[in-house]
Amino acid sequence: MPSPGLRSSRLAIDLPPSGIREFFDLVSGREDVISLGVGEPDFSTPWKICDEAIDGLRRGYTSYTSNWGMSELREALAADLHHRHGLTYDPADQILATNGVSEGLDLAMRALLDPGDEVIVPEPCFVAYKPAVLLAGGRPVVVETRVEDSFKLRPEAVEAAITPRTRALMISYPNNPTGAVMSREELLPLAELAEKHDLVVISDEIYAYLTYVGTHTGFASLPGMQERTILLDGFSKAYAMTGWRLGYAAGPAHLLESMMRIHSYTAMSAPTMAQIGAIEALRHGSQDVQYMVGHYNQRRRLLLAGYKRLDLPCFEPGGAFYTFPSIAHTGLTSAEFSSRLLFEENVAAVPGTAFGACGEGYLRCTYATHLDLLKEALVRIGHLLERLGCAGTGADPESV
Amino acid sequence: MKSLLEILKTEGPVDPDEIAIRLGRTRDEVEAELESLRQEGILLRYSALVNWEAAPDLKKVYAFINVSATPEHGRGFDKVAEYVSQFEEVHSLYLMSGGADLCVVVEGRDFRDIARFVAEKLAPTPGVTSTSTSFVLKTYKMEGVSLMAESKNSRLAVTP
Repeated sequence: MPSPGLRSSRLAIDLPPSGIREFFDLVSGREDVISLGVGEPDFSTPWKICDEAIDGLRRGYTSYTSNWGMSELREALAADLHHRHGLTYDPADQILATNGVSEGLDLAMRALLDPGDEVIVPEPCFVAYKPAVLLAGGRPVVVETRVEDSFKLRPEAVEAAITPRTRALMISYPNNPTGAVMSREELLPLAELAEKHDLVVISDEIYAYLTYVGTHTGFASLPGMQERTILLDGFSKAYAMTGWRLGYAAGPAHLLESMMRIHSYTAMSAPTMAQIGAIEALRHGSQDVQYMVGHYNQRRRLLLAGYKRLDLPCFEPGGAFYTFPSIAHTGLTSAEFSSRLLFEENVAAVPGTAFGACGEGYLRCTYATHLDLLKEALVRIGHLLERLGCAGTGADPESV
Repeated sequence: MKSLLEILKTEGPVDPDEIAIRLGRTRDEVEAELESLRQEGILLRYSALVNWEAAPDLKKVYAFINVSATPEHGRGFDKVAEYVSQFEEVHSLYLMSGGADLCVVVEGRDFRDIARFVAEKLAPTPGVTSTSTSFVLKTYKMEGVSLMAESKNSRLAVTP
């Protein structure tokens, strides 16, 4: 045991370990696992983007940039935001380049929260939301979303969770891990709540481009919402640039100014070569995005059809690249099912509980995986279901 | 139509049931579209993409030959192209912009094979005025597929 003087802080010790991390430890070291557990594209970054970044390095772009990010990038982002959401952001003080959405999330919480302030966090959700609130000294207040509502956030549930300490509402559609999307009409009552209770809305729209059903509505584009929304987005998912660590935040100048000040001390600036790549992505990447989105959609349909044949109930996801099938009928918990699937069939799928307690009874299966692997994974899932006495009455699972 | 053709181009003859699922269509719609693609001469045939260089006993040699030819009134280079295309050695044939008129891709067992074809068949073809032959030494990429060592997928097995 290290001496007491070398201990970690209370905050760090109390921070719950990510359920993903625990599952990762189970998977690592195993051979020939088909992984449906990955939260990132299986495509490589389009070469034209890599090429621009390499050229940038050759030309000596190896220094810090402005704390806000390169002005060329922020101008391209402003144009992109106008094109996609019809919104005008001033590149000078309303757009901040961050080290992925993860940093943007952390900055937003730190810029907003005083000790004990509350943030409404809908679950199941991305693993970092609650820790980001906790690390900023705030208190996450969980609102559960349910399959019977297609995992959309119910305004009544949100309103019931609002207290005088509530500062912000976290929103994330298309959603990780459920794949749920929310339409403009469905988001409007949430906007009214934000207005009525004077809340900031932190909208993580990293999967916006990956929308297969309907069209994506940026939360800030709802009436009156641009002035109270911190939009978090980035390049990881749409452009297959996870390892580049580049995201951005866009929102009201006074909040972005606070976020930038924190960022200037904790991160200084986002990686320069990533910013150069991102400029190319914004200028010439739209065809690549379309190509990848088309492929994800094919895989989404294939996986859903496969579940149907296996009688594995699954809500139809309209976005992101996740399916969230229910395994409750097998009598196993999420953790039991996913470890049996791993140890008996060598398929890795993340237990729904990694994304919140209400994820119990579900698995998160990614379709950002090659079609042939998805087909084989379906066969293997079918074998486990068969052994559990829950095999589908549909056609032979081998037939796709 | 584009998505359907892209599937067939990269994966070959995929079961229409699977195509229907992936594209959110019915099997009947997919089959009708396949039929009309064949009728319209858009879908010609299914064939495998073969890397001959990797098959030591079956090596093939390819050459790109720039051909200058005399055009004919009203038909341009079509007649000479039609004539040349009938040699079984001709793998593909294009009308080109730039210095030469036609580009003939020729397939043979070895260099001498191709040299003989050019000297004895292609160059003497009526209408052909000159040829310039470039042999393929190594293939790096064909039909969109890289033949260089693939980089190992470095994704972690589980990520948030």
